[in-house]
Parts: sequence; structure tokens; C-alpha cells
Amino acid sequence: MLKKFIGLATLAAAMQSYALSAAADTFVFTAIPDQDETQLVERFGAVEAYLEEQLDVDVRYVPVKSYAAAVSAFRNNQVQLAWFGGLSGVQARRLVPGSEAIAQGAEDPEFQSYVIANTSTGLEPMDELSDDLRDMTFTFGSKGSTSGRLMPEFYLREAYGEAPDEVFSRVGFSGNHTRTVRLVEAGTYQLGAVNFKVWESGVEDGSIDTDKVQVIWETPYYPDYQWTIRGDVNERFGEGFKEKVTQALLNMDDPDLLERFPRSGFIPASNEDYTPIEETAESLGLLN
Amino acid sequence: MRGWASLPLSRSRTARTSIFFVVLALVCLAFSDIAVTTANPWQDLMRFFWGIVTPDFFSSAGLATAVLRTLAFAFVGVTIGSIAGFLLALVYRFRIVRTFSAFIRAIHEIFWALIFLQFFGFHPLTGVLAIAIPYSGIFAKVYSEILDEVDPEPRNLLHSRVGALSAFAYARIPDCWEQLRTYTSYRLECGFRSSAILGFVGLPTLGFYLESAFSQGHYSEAGAVLLLFYALIATIPLWVRPRMLPFYVLAAPFFLGDGMPIVWGNVKRFFTEDIVPAPLREGATGESFWPWLSELLVDQALPGIWNTLLLTQMALVATGVLALLAFPLISRHFGNRLSRTGGHVLLVVARSTPEYILAYILLQLWGPSMLPAVVALALHNGGIIGHLIGRQSSFITLRPDAPRGITRYGYELVPRVYPSFLAFLFYRWEIIMRETAILGILGIYTLGFYVDSAIQNIQFDKAMILILVTALLNIGIDILSRRIRKRLALQTMPTC
Repeated sequence: MLKKFIGLATLAAAMQSYALSAAADTFVFTAIPDQDETQLVERFGAVEAYLEEQLDVDVRYVPVKSYAAAVSAFRNNQVQLAWFGGLSGVQARRLVPGSEAIAQGAEDPEFQSYVIANTSTGLEPMDELSDDLRDMTFTFGSKGSTSGRLMPEFYLREAYGEAPDEVFSRVGFSGNHTRTVRLVEAGTYQLGAVNFKVWESGVEDGSIDTDKVQVIWETPYYPDYQWTIRGDVNERFGEGFKEKVTQALLNMDDPDLLERFPRSGFIPASNEDYTPIEETAESLGLLN
Repeated sequence: MRGWASLPLSRSRTARTSIFFVVLALVCLAFSDIAVTTANPWQDLMRFFWGIVTPDFFSSAGLATAVLRTLAFAFVGVTIGSIAGFLLALVYRFRIVRTFSAFIRAIHEIFWALIFLQFFGFHPLTGVLAIAIPYSGIFAKVYSEILDEVDPEPRNLLHSRVGALSAFAYARIPDCWEQLRTYTSYRLECGFRSSAILGFVGLPTLGFYLESAFSQGHYSEAGAVLLLFYALIATIPLWVRPRMLPFYVLAAPFFLGDGMPIVWGNVKRFFTEDIVPAPLREGATGESFWPWLSELLVDQALPGIWNTLLLTQMALVATGVLALLAFPLISRHFGNRLSRTGGHVLLVVARSTPEYILAYILLQLWGPSMLPAVVALALHNGGIIGHLIGRQSSFITLRPDAPRGITRYGYELVPRVYPSFLAFLFYRWEIIMRETAILGILGIYTLGFYVDSAIQNIQFDKAMILILVTALLNIGIDILSRRIRKRLALQTMPTC
């Protein structure tokens, strides 16, 4: 018994040491886990170094396992900045009054999702979603993804007038875009919805076998990814900090760094840019 | 004409119950989604095994830290759980304590972690409490059962003026100390498994790396994580010694890591806002509460319950079949020393791999359906029961002229171990259901799928109600299983 009490006392002591270590002000950011973790860790490790150099404070990137975990960490002020998708950004900004979208990729105002198909389906690229897709198997990306779930689901419902699980014989959630491509390539699912940027960079670097999987349909344009920052960062990191972060993100011009996103550059963003996403999410019941 | 009822088999309660459950599972099979959907499941499986044979221990610098964290979370969580459970066990005669304990243990560690993640975030407390809370519920039950078994005679012999505490410490504890100790150390092993899988939801334990490696198809890295995990579990008798335990328990809190600071306002917000059903929050009129609730129950809870039950019943019977097939592998009445050693290795691997990890691996390899889940549950639980009854069968002495081979199996051993086999199986029924629900997070449409969806949509009010439904279902199965065990007069010791 005694050892257990000692254990508890030590626990209390250890808890105190966390409180101390947390006091040091580190600027922490996260990102939605929309791709393979190795790619994310490389990309955001580089961003971490870049921001640290630009901002003159300790910067730390924290990887998370789900979109919701990214939103929760932002909401709980355990991270102050995040690279969100359209939907996760809207969720986060609704939950944290005063938070702002400050920068987006140059391609993000005109983002797209591709519907991809395993070539064994015999499907060819089409202008409008046809009934040939019915009763096949289909995978989205993450449940909270804009390009992997929200927008494709919206356009599927629009085309078929039914929920995806009524159109398709099996509907799954792969978790992220890299996995969606891999699953459709392997034939685990016949169809999938994927972020066009992830698709194109995969085709470019040869990691996607276009003999096995191809794009059959493209969604209209919609706004997607953006950097969102909490409203209370100036109080914590000093006057003008938000502006400094914004400038640092907009000035990111290292081709290596940009290639990792992949974006050609970053441009200013505002909360209003994402109103279409908000409305779509509300219509699908994904926002309260 | 001889009808069903006059068959000798059906006159035994045990046989009738068994047949009923097998038939029920077959009916479930007809309603369920069982398929292999990947194009090359065998090729992927071979790549996976190749990864295990060619493990890469140095791919990720964090692996050593992950091992430390896995151990630290388990030690701290199980220690707190055992203390709290022991205190609860002392007052277990009160219905409210029993209900409370049943409730907290009905909620899976991963669900607890998902709840704490929402307000503690990635703080060590999330991992520690996710283990400590359900474990206290389990400890409370088992400790109280152990204490109840104690011979009352020493207590009766004490002078009437001996205080309750002294009487307890000197007349009750010594008698059952060995059992308490054995069970607690057994539970510690379960703690390592729980701790490892918490990585799947983002805590820095082994599961974190396993998930990353696997989801990217880096099988050699995944193999390394799995091998490390097996090594850890298999060597427990070597490094978890009673004398070392105080040292581990004292040191563990210092190895939990920093995580991220707790913001206490988040805790308050979670309980006063987030989990309050949306129609009842400030500014809402409350009128829409019933439509909101019934929509949630009809669209999500009901299909979730249905799939959870289907999967549970199939997995239960598959577990039973596998256990009966597996136990001869280690029984001294079959094979030789070499074959039994092989059998032991197989069963150790099967039972020390958490269902969640097995299901995750099989889902990646075979594609989404209930099949990987059934196989995963059957492998893990069948491994445990097979091991227990295999060991038990070795104590049975057969006549020198007893038949051999299949006749020995069917007519000599199975009938003798069958009651304890059923006892273990029904005991694990509730555990299988707990796991079944959680496997939904991996994409099978059981209750966990809907809980995860609600959390992904940041709708914690819905998530909490669905978790509540899961807990109630689990408590229901627990009660049912206890009734059946009582009816069939089956007794068992607890397993995890």
C-alpha cells in the first residue's frame, strides 16, 4: 500500500513539473493530417524552422491524428496557429471568437476535388456524374475533410439526389488523401474522392500508377486550405505578433518549402472567403 | 419419428445454450457484411510478414521514447486504478458503487481518451486517466470478488474489541494477498496493451508509430514496432519483479512526458457547454430536444447497436471455435514438446496483440467489412481462452488406454474442459462487445463509428449520448452473461 501512496505523491510532484515546463511561451502550431505523416512531418518541420527564424520566438509543430484533434487543440489554445482545410477552418473559427484566416495558398481560392476510379471499372472521364457509378464502392478521405468529403459529398448529392450510402454499395472513409489514392489504386474501393493537389503531385513524382487509377470527374472550384490564427496571440506574444506571423507566411518564398505544400505561394485570406464552405457544411448537417 | 427434443444432446442445458448461440451467430452472418475487398489481399499479407521478418528499428528516432511512454502511462494508470479500485471494493456492497463501477468500466479506454482529449488535450493526464478510470471499475469488481471469497473464520476468532481496520488488515488481507497480487500484476500486462493502443488516437505511445507506419505501408517499421511490443510483453516475468515494482511506480510519473499545458477553462466549457445537447443550450428554446434526440437515436444509435450486436455474436462464436481448435496445441495430451512450444508461441502472439491492432492490420490488408473485425476478435480472445483451457487440460489425467487423436480430443478432453471453456467465453462476452464498439473507429459501422463521426464534427453532445448508449448496452450484456453463467452453474476467474 505504502508504495502506492508514495507513487501518488510523486505523481503530484511530477504534475507540478509539467506546469512549470508549460510556462515557457512557445508558439505552437498544428495542421490537419490530410496526407501521409512522413510528408507532413517534413513539410511542417521546415515551416517550424522558418517561422522560428522569422518570429524570434520558440516555435513548435505538433502532429495530430485527426482533423477534429487539430480543431480541438486550436480551440483549447494548445496551439495558436493551424493549417486547416476549408471545413476544419470554419469549425475552428466558429469555436474561437476572434480567430482569423490570415493566409491561403495561391491555388486555394480555386480548389478542386477529383473523383478517381480504378481502371478495372472501365469508367472514362465524364463531364457530368453518370449513373454508371451507381452501386460501385466509394471512399472519401477523412470524415472532416473539405476536399475529401464535404465538397465531393455535396456534388454527389446534387447529381444523384440521394445520400452517398444510397448511391454506392459501400462507402468508406480512408483517413487521408494519400490513402484514398492507394486504396482505389489497389481496387479496395472502385471509386474515391481526392484533393486535386495531392493527386497532381503524386502523378508528377510517379507515386501514382495512372495505369491503375485515373481521374473521371472534377468538381467545380471552391475555397479550401488556409492558415488560421487565434485572436489572442498579441496578448501573449506581444503587440503586432499576428501581423508578423501573417507577413512571415505571405513572404514564404523558398521554392523547396513551397514545393512541399505544394503551393506556388501564399496570398492574404479572410474569414469571409470561406462562407461558401460554411453554407455547404450547414446544408449537410456537418455544422450545428 | 424422433424429434429434436429427444436427442440426448438437447437435454443438457449447456448443449442447448451452445447450440442457441451458434445458430444465432449463423443468423447474424446472414445479415452482415463479410467480404475481402482488396484486390491482392495475399500479396499485402506477404508484404506485411516480410516486414516483420525485416524489421527496421531505426527508422524513427521516437521509437525508444514511445516505449518509455507506453510503460509510464501503464504504470501510473494501473497504479491509480488499483488504488481507487481497492477503495471502491471496500464499499462494493452498496448498489450505487456497483452501478458506478459497472458504468465506468463499460466505457472503453479509447472512448475515455477521446473524451479527455477534448479538454486536457495532449497532456499526460489524458492517457493516465483513460487507463485509470475504466481500470478502477474493473479492479473494484474483481477485488471485491476476491475479498468476498476470504474465509470468515479468522475474523470470527478475533476479539470483539479489535477495530475494523486491524481486523481487515490482519484477518482478511493476508488470506487473499496472493490473489490480489496475481490479479494486479496480470492487469498490469493489460495496462501495457491499453497504453499501446492509446497511440492510435494521438497519444505518444507505441500505437502512434504503428498507425503511422502501417497507414503508409511501411511494413518494416510496423514490424519493428510490433516486435518491440511482443518483446516487452513476453519479458514481463523478467523485468517486472515484486522487488522492482516500487521503483517502477515511483519512476513512471517522471517519464510521462510534457505534452501540452492544460487550460482549465476548457474543462469547465466542456462540461457546461459542449456536452449539453444543442437544443438545450443557452439561447435555444429546448422545444427541439425530443426531435433532436429521436433523430440521433434512430439514425445513429440504432444502426450502431444493430451492427455492434451482429459483430459481437459472430465474434463470440468464432472465438469459441478458435479456442476449442487451439487448445490442443499446448495441451500435454497432444503432440510433442516441439509442437507445444510452437503452439505456445502462436497463442502468446495471438493473445498479446490487442484486438484493435489486429483489426487495424487486417482491415488494411483485406479491406473494409466485418470480416477483419471478426477474425481479429476471434484471434485475440480465442488465443486467451485457448491458452487457459489448454493449460487446464494438461492437469487432466487420462487412463493409460485412453483413445488417441481425434477421439481423445472429442470424447475425453472437450467434455471435461467444456464447462470452464463456456465460463471463460461468457465472461469475455462483455469484453468482446466493448471492443466491437470501439472497432467502429476503424470504419466498421458499429457504435464507435458514430461516436467518432460525432467527434469529428465537433458535436460532443451527440458523442456523449452515443457513448452512454454504448455503456448501457455493455452493462446489459454483462448482466445477461452473469445470468447465463449462473444458470449453467459456471464459475471462472477474471481475464482481461
